[in-house]
Amino acid sequence: MSKIKGTQAIIKCLQEEGVELIFGYPGGAVIELYDELCKSDIRHILVRHEQGAVHAADGFARATGKVGVALLTSGPGATNGVTAIATAYCDSIPLVVMTGQVPRALIGNDAFQEVDIVGITRPCTKHNYLVYDPDELIPTIREAFYLASSGRPGPVLIDLPKDVMASMITYPAKTPIKMQTYQPNVKPHANQVAKACRACIKAKRPVLYVGGGVILSGAHEELRRFATRLNIPVTMTLMGLGGFPGTDPLSLGMLGMHGSYAANMSVAKSDLLIAIGSRFDDRVTGRLDAFAPQADIIHIDIDPSSISKNVGVDIPLVADCKLALEAINEWLDKAADFNQEETIALHQPWVDQVKEWDAKHPISYVDNDEVIKPQYVIETLHRLTGGNAIITTEVGQNQMWAAQFYKFNHPRRLLTSGGLGTMGYGLPAAIGAQLAFPDATVIDIAGDGSIQMNIQELATARECGAPVKIAILNNNYLGMVRQWQELFYNRHYASTVMEFTPDFVALAQAYGAVGLRAKTRAEVEPVIKEALATNNVVIMDFSIAREEGVFPMVPAGKATTEMLLV
Amino acid sequence: MKHTLTVLLRNRPGALSRVTGLFSGRCFNIESLCVAETFDPKISCLTLVTTGDAAIIEQITKQLHKLIDVITVLNVGEGEFVEREMALIRVRAEADTRAEVLRIIDIFRGKVVDVSPNSYALEITGSESKIKAVIDILRPLGIKEIVRTGKVAMARAPKK
Repeated sequence: MSKIKGTQAIIKCLQEEGVELIFGYPGGAVIELYDELCKSDIRHILVRHEQGAVHAADGFARATGKVGVALLTSGPGATNGVTAIATAYCDSIPLVVMTGQVPRALIGNDAFQEVDIVGITRPCTKHNYLVYDPDELIPTIREAFYLASSGRPGPVLIDLPKDVMASMITYPAKTPIKMQTYQPNVKPHANQVAKACRACIKAKRPVLYVGGGVILSGAHEELRRFATRLNIPVTMTLMGLGGFPGTDPLSLGMLGMHGSYAANMSVAKSDLLIAIGSRFDDRVTGRLDAFAPQADIIHIDIDPSSISKNVGVDIPLVADCKLALEAINEWLDKAADFNQEETIALHQPWVDQVKEWDAKHPISYVDNDEVIKPQYVIETLHRLTGGNAIITTEVGQNQMWAAQFYKFNHPRRLLTSGGLGTMGYGLPAAIGAQLAFPDATVIDIAGDGSIQMNIQELATARECGAPVKIAILNNNYLGMVRQWQELFYNRHYASTVMEFTPDFVALAQAYGAVGLRAKTRAEVEPVIKEALATNNVVIMDFSIAREEGVFPMVPAGKATTEMLLV
Repeated sequence: MKHTLTVLLRNRPGALSRVTGLFSGRCFNIESLCVAETFDPKISCLTLVTTGDAAIIEQITKQLHKLIDVITVLNVGEGEFVEREMALIRVRAEADTRAEVLRIIDIFRGKVVDVSPNSYALEITGSESKIKAVIDILRPLGIKEIVRTGKVAMARAPKK
């Protein structure tokens, strides 16, 4: 069989894996791979910073469900990607990140732009590889795609020494991947399914606690059927928003630190908590011993290590969320002792109670005729986009207001750094999502602090023709930390006042984008309308009420029932 | 409480550091660690002694399983098992104590592996408690140096 060059083989392999889009930044160690890549029909998006490349690949992956791909050079190129790799790892996002490495003979010699990126990323990747044997090049890439996208998804990094990529190799035929050490359990255990179903039918005060696993596995339809037929209220984590329609009467919105009163109260008072694709994160549970104290817990998750990690579980169900919910729905279809009307009636007093809580303390804010309230901006964005935009966020108050006030009815419409909480995520992720869905409206909801963390990607958006919209909720503060300082540090605003903020309208113009500004409530709607009608990158700079807070709020370490309300 | 885990993992560069990195990153404790090739050179066996309550050991086991290079994890303490450790002990052996050292090491079925005019190096194999007993009894004679392997363990075969 004839041999081909490693770089050619890599491109061929990526095409076989269905890759159409790569985000990256060239450099010495990957120059030959770029030479080959840019002759192929795979589209390469040149970013302005490697963190942006990996975030953009992540945004693409979250919006589509496909594996996102990034290509970085060795040394600083690779280390610049680390924050974004960790971001994807915390939220279980499937990525393949390829990094160049110095030639094998130089590894360990402190060569120019050499860094042990495999060592650095070991704790923040699902798995990673240094390809040392040229014959392992293609099998490794295939295995990486398989690992990234199967089981609990996650980022996989492949470090590619320059001389390995330049080797002549025989291109191996594709064979099914079988790994002795990796066989994720995706099918639910029938006994556990039956146990879970019986518990759900019997419970008087059940509540669903839905996380990102429902979105990753595409289980939203099965979930809706399940919740509706048993009449069970649904709370969602930040990562789970859109997994169940936010405007459905059974939706209580988000739970946890900035969750709704009804969501947190329902968990606290429930007798059965049904956790699906969620991981009992501290931002959800608050003080652990006060979390769902009266409830038996069902936990459906594909990762066994998530089960009973933070909270003891009564009925574990290790499986893919979609397959598990399918099995549960099937069991209910066939069960002789299940009567849908009776179950709905049994749960109705509880649903009424929960709705009463929601009516008493809905997610709300005090509007103002003059000053722009950030919540009003989000509500207006929701209204004018018909709730159909893809929303990315930065991290902080902007993220929480987006989660509370943009009612997500569909999965994969909220792209946000949940686990790691990475400021600077929103803009590059928006670019990735926009390239996946060129006709969609993609809006990055940002703060004036976090937008500056990856603002250089405006150039990428302009260059690749991704007309993303950026809504800056500008309060000249690092707002979330300021809010904590206001509440818990005696209003000592240590280093959270942005003494200098750029003129974002002029900045947009400098990048050839459109800059719009709203300083009063009346200007909000016209600005958004103009932005949505513009086929270009737009920055909307909203001067918001400076000391507006995110409420409800559960102070760190408190029980989730100890909420500070509006 | 102490637990002894035996972990089979793929004999690949970096596999061991995935295991140790997991322990340090999640603040799990490693009391001892012993690793070598199995009869299949593609697989290494790692014996690890750690401490923690049942919940922590469950997490450790699950997290180890999650590592792609890990094949099996066995908490050998859950059944019958044999464990051995080896220690090399250099002990002072002047004219007044040379005979005494030899008598002691004979009782514990150890061996002298190095001799100098004023010391013996001894090899002792056994359970942790046996090694401890030897050390305790040699200490008054003057221990100069100790090197220990850490524990290796193997589950007992079923008796039927």
